Amino acid sequence: MAKVSFQEDLCKGCGLCVYACPKKILVLDKERLNSKGYHPASCVDLNQCVGCAFCATQCPDSVITVER
Amino acid sequence: MAIVFQKTKGLTDKPFHYCPGCMHGIIHRLIAEVMEEMDILDKTIGVASVGCTYNNYDYFSCDMVQAAHGRAPAVATGIKRCKPEELVFTYQGDGDLASIGTAEIVHAAARGEKICTFFVNNAVYGMTSGQMAPTTLLGQVTTTSPLGRDAETRGYPINVSEMLSTLTGAVYIERVALFDYKHIQEAKKAIAKAFRVQQAGLGFAMVEFLSTCPTNWGKEPIEALEWCKEKMVPQYPLGVFKGKDLEV
Amino acid sequence: MAKRVLMKGNEVIAEAAIRAGCRHYFGYPITPQTEVMHYMAREMVKHGGTFVQAESEVAAINMVYGAAATGERVLTSSSSPGISLKQEGISYIAGAELPAVCVNIMRGGPGLGGILPSQSDYFQATKGGGHGDYKNLVIAPASVQELYELTVKAFDLADQYRMLVMILGDGTIGQMMEPVAFKEKEDTKVIEKPWATTGLHGRAKHNTITSIYIDPDDLEAKNRELQAKYREVEEKEVMVETMNCEDAEVVITAYGTCSRICKNVIRQAAELGIKVGMVRPITLWPFPTKEVARVADMASVKGFLDVELSSGQMIEDVRLAVNGKKPVYFHGRMGGNLPTQKEILDEIVKIHKGEI
Repeated sequence: MAKVSFQEDLCKGCGLCVYACPKKILVLDKERLNSKGYHPASCVDLNQCVGCAFCATQCPDSVITVER
Repeated sequence: MAIVFQKTKGLTDKPFHYCPGCMHGIIHRLIAEVMEEMDILDKTIGVASVGCTYNNYDYFSCDMVQAAHGRAPAVATGIKRCKPEELVFTYQGDGDLASIGTAEIVHAAARGEKICTFFVNNAVYGMTSGQMAPTTLLGQVTTTSPLGRDAETRGYPINVSEMLSTLTGAVYIERVALFDYKHIQEAKKAIAKAFRVQQAGLGFAMVEFLSTCPTNWGKEPIEALEWCKEKMVPQYPLGVFKGKDLEV
Repeated sequence: MAKRVLMKGNEVIAEAAIRAGCRHYFGYPITPQTEVMHYMAREMVKHGGTFVQAESEVAAINMVYGAAATGERVLTSSSSPGISLKQEGISYIAGAELPAVCVNIMRGGPGLGGILPSQSDYFQATKGGGHGDYKNLVIAPASVQELYELTVKAFDLADQYRMLVMILGDGTIGQMMEPVAFKEKEDTKVIEKPWATTGLHGRAKHNTITSIYIDPDDLEAKNRELQAKYREVEEKEVMVETMNCEDAEVVITAYGTCSRICKNVIRQAAELGIKVGMVRPITLWPFPTKEVARVADMASVKGFLDVELSSGQMIEDVRLAVNGKKPVYFHGRMGGNLPTQKEILDEIVKIHKGEI
């Protein structure tokens, strides 16, 4: 069991976490904007998350916290 | 569930001002994580340089000194000679270190100053909007090489890690990248090794990071990462140039 | 009873710094001040201090900046072209409010100039030199004994006001040998520096040394703080020597080596029946404006003669202080030449006779 949580207002929508995730379960939500005006990243299928932290490691802005 | 990854105490609460996808954020975080994990936040003094990271004294949770463009290795020399028990690092871009600061980095390394330099090479000047850097690749388009860098009028890129490794005083030099988890972990190990080299008083240590500048390369962050992997590595091969077998 | 030692000016500067508790020297060779560096190279190690021959004057001033950031007393020395190189670093030191002492043993300029004495860096020292609204405290000793005493004092002033203090000598002062009486022990002031970057070591908040304030309101506020500091220095730290001005007809303004030459001229003028006085600024910044103005008010004074080893730089501050009340004449030599006593006396005679 694993979980990723995003501090959305720090996200700049760069997409590096989406690129890094080996399970391909992260997306930039094109339907909404955060307070900075970016499309924030989020996980669309937490069940698939293995807590590898590839996403958090690739994130330049320390947006993601990973638990396992 | 236990926390496997969270923001390090080595960074302050201030959100980074860097562009989306800029890898300064990753490098800052790695240095901060290493300082926290080695329990050296209390005894480290960092030197901020001039470029996009001019104000990273607001991001690291340790004492910080902001230096004039290119002069960070000289400032670090002054600090370390006065406070030899503290750990001192500089954080510099390719303009700061390889252009205006060439004399200072060469001589700090030649003197074997016991400092760590974290050199971020993204082949362009970021802060001042995209001019050619000493590390710009041949053919690369920048605001001061609009037709692509040509050797005839604009010379050749400088391989800083290779160049400095000819100096006896430079005891550990490694070039790393941040393409994926594996590379990032290697980069983090290099940072930790650089600090251990300083703790052992062996001499000058430098980690060169191949990095991206999405904004001035005119590329999306992922595209920029791919360009870095594909185009920069042939000019700037990854690996240890000095001190591979150092026992620290 | 203090022992007197015959020593060269440049070496006295270094010895004075060590006695004032300076344990870090960063420099680069340049004539005519290199003896400061040689002395430090020999002596610093005996005190467990730092000596670095930097790769350039630029590097040296930045090493000073780093050292000063840690709260240590630090010295650099150079001569005119090297001081030009240091201007960026000096501006940064001013902006970051770091205490430091910098010595300029002036030589002929502009450009590579010459290696003989001059006073042509007055503007550079007192009016800026580097960019931005800042001042350095500038001290001009006129003897080797003053070099010692004022260099020691410079470290206290630098710490007290968190600014760069420049010792402005010329090649003559740096090279000449005179007897110096050293104290047994200096009573230098030790000042707490809670702002210094020394490593956190349990301190609650990390210290930052910087001179950049991107927000215009922040930068303006910082500049107002600096200006308030400079007003305080102007109020409290003027040093000046006034001699023979009561009933003087002609008043010389001169500093450093020129003032030594002019002292003899005062005697010679007296023999001709001309009463000559002198106002010798010791701090060039803050300039002794009030004292010059006071002398200008004296009824007996017909005019001022400013004597410098330059085309006339301090004379502008003299004129500002005199404020049009009396004429201010100039006599100067350049290129490393010194004015003779006869030349100066001839000018005084002309002023006295009303021939100028």
